[in-house]
Amino acid sequence: MSDDALFEFLCRMGDNTLVLGHRVSEWCGHAPVLEEDIALANTALDLIGQTQMWLGLAGEIEGKGRSADDLAMRRDVWDFRNILLVEQPNGDFGQTMMRQFLFDLWHLEMLKALSGSSHDRVAAIAAKSVKEVQYHVERSGDTVIGLGDGTSESHRRMQAALDLLWPYVGEMFVPDHIDAQMSEAGIAPDPGELRATYDARLAEVMTEATLTIPDSGFAHKGGKSGMRHSEHLGHMLTQMQWLQRAYPDATW
Amino acid sequence: MYAQMVKSEATQEDPEKLATFQARIDAGEKIEPKDWMPAGYRKTLIRQIGQHAHSEIVGQLPEGNWITRAPTLERKAILLAKVQDEAGHGLYLYCAAETLGVSRDELTEMLLDGRMKYSSIFNYPTLTWADMGAVGWLVDGAAIMNQVPLQRTSFGPYSRAMIRICKEESFHQRQGYDIMMKMARGTPEQKRMAQDALNRFWYPSLMMFGPSDKDSVHSAQSMAWKIKMNTNDELRQKFVDQTVPQAEYLGLTVPDETLTWNEEKGGYDFAEPDWKEFFEVIQGNGPCNTERLAARNKAWDDGKWVRDGLLAHAEKRSMRKIAAE
Ligand SMILES: CC(C)(COP(=O)(O)OP(=O)(O)OC[C@H]1O[C@@H](n2cnc3c(N)ncnc32)[C@H](O)[C@@H]1OP(=O)(O)O)[C@@H](O)C(=O)NCCC(=O)NCCSC(=O)c1ccccc1
Repeated sequence: MSDDALFEFLCRMGDNTLVLGHRVSEWCGHAPVLEEDIALANTALDLIGQTQMWLGLAGEIEGKGRSADDLAMRRDVWDFRNILLVEQPNGDFGQTMMRQFLFDLWHLEMLKALSGSSHDRVAAIAAKSVKEVQYHVERSGDTVIGLGDGTSESHRRMQAALDLLWPYVGEMFVPDHIDAQMSEAGIAPDPGELRATYDARLAEVMTEATLTIPDSGFAHKGGKSGMRHSEHLGHMLTQMQWLQRAYPDATW
Repeated sequence: MYAQMVKSEATQEDPEKLATFQARIDAGEKIEPKDWMPAGYRKTLIRQIGQHAHSEIVGQLPEGNWITRAPTLERKAILLAKVQDEAGHGLYLYCAAETLGVSRDELTEMLLDGRMKYSSIFNYPTLTWADMGAVGWLVDGAAIMNQVPLQRTSFGPYSRAMIRICKEESFHQRQGYDIMMKMARGTPEQKRMAQDALNRFWYPSLMMFGPSDKDSVHSAQSMAWKIKMNTNDELRQKFVDQTVPQAEYLGLTVPDETLTWNEEKGGYDFAEPDWKEFFEVIQGNGPCNTERLAARNKAWDDGKWVRDGLLAHAEKRSMRKIAAE
């Protein structure tokens, strides 16, 4: 296993939390009810904290003196390694919560596996994050159920959100050469192995939510390899990185 | 004028009950929701606590405006945590208001259709990152100056909400001052942003304390009832006295050429804000009134299906539970 591969893997973890944390933070002050403002901010805060740990470690492994902030604020789109799902726009509240649940469910299984990583630092970050994400998945799952099995309008919106986001689920489970190196070194699981648990839990929640999982195995790809992000990511970076880019000599 | 006001709010009540009530207030007792209280006391509290709650909610917007542009991950996390606290403070305050017999939804409707006010300060735009510093330093500084004495306010639930809020609020002001410090000691552009933020936020911050005492219609009665503990001008003076040395320490200039230390009174003499502007802002003509209310209305309207959906689900669940029993 090379340090390059480990760096790549850590960027995947950190960019997922960075990009999703940013998306969730866009809700601040605009949620449907005060309790949701608080909960969304809480989720975003957890994800940003996790980003600091993952990208911090990535910078150390890379060994070029880049900090978590340098990685977050000074890379361009092609160097981001997050999956496409998390960069999708917020849409309505239902779409945001569906995206959250589809991610959280994977994130939890991933972190559980990483808690037993052969790499101590990776295991420590995962162990710390797993408690937070346990809570995220309970919350997003409850919301998906509540809105899926709510009024006819909320049901319709949640089904539309699931249909829209479903093609972005597959990317989380497709292994590539980086994953192969990680699992060989015992650092991370083969993502394909997480699918069975994910599907089983997903089916339970969707049944309770009275939602239908689309009958399609099609998966968009290109986020975690960095090959082809969606157009949305670039726009996000124009905001997120603007101050650091406009005033490169400043410290904040 | 004061005496007149005190009379007008209280005249409808049974004089005996009123006297007993006033004696309790004067003895420093806390009034609890189930206790008898004059209608005017209840009404004033609903107005003031409600406005305060709305200020926390609308107050999320000018800072939320910079969360997605925060320059570092740490700054972003701190700002998010602060705005999250504000939502929490709004929640405490709505709960305190609800003990007076008005629901959170009713109060929200009154904010959204303009029947109730929120603090004038949130109708000013946040234009640079230094504004996040200025809001924390000046706006939270002013809020704390006002809230610390309110911990001793006569209405129990309001007092307890203030105690919780004050505990969290001092961190807000410190983080704001910390941003200002970084900016004021930073590059020439950062310094310029810091001075510009102080220039734009100085007078609006002074306005937060309300009109000058001679124009404050509610002060006399509210102070007699210990709903307010100080006059608007007293708190404004304390704020200026506290803030001017902080500005000097930052190397920034308070945008008031008349500002001078007055040895005799042991405080600064300073220029009054433009009260015409203040009254325009609270009547809806501030730079951002339209956007702020539009944003809150949009959040509420767009969120209706969510609130309805979650409610419908909760009802279905309890029906199923009853059916199963
Ligand atoms: C000192 C005030 C503000 C005003 O005294 P009173 O005795 O009530 O009134 P007066 O007779 O002196 O005034 C005559 C009229 O002018 C109105 N008016 C006056 N000033 C303002 C103003 N600045 N903005 C708008 N309106 C104002 C007043 O309502 C009245 O009109 P109505 O008759 O209602 O139509 C008092 O209500 C108070 O202490 N409130 C609690 C503290 C509080 O609300 N804090 C929130 C601060 S920020 C925060 O928490 C936060 C910080 C950072 C981030 C996020 C959040």
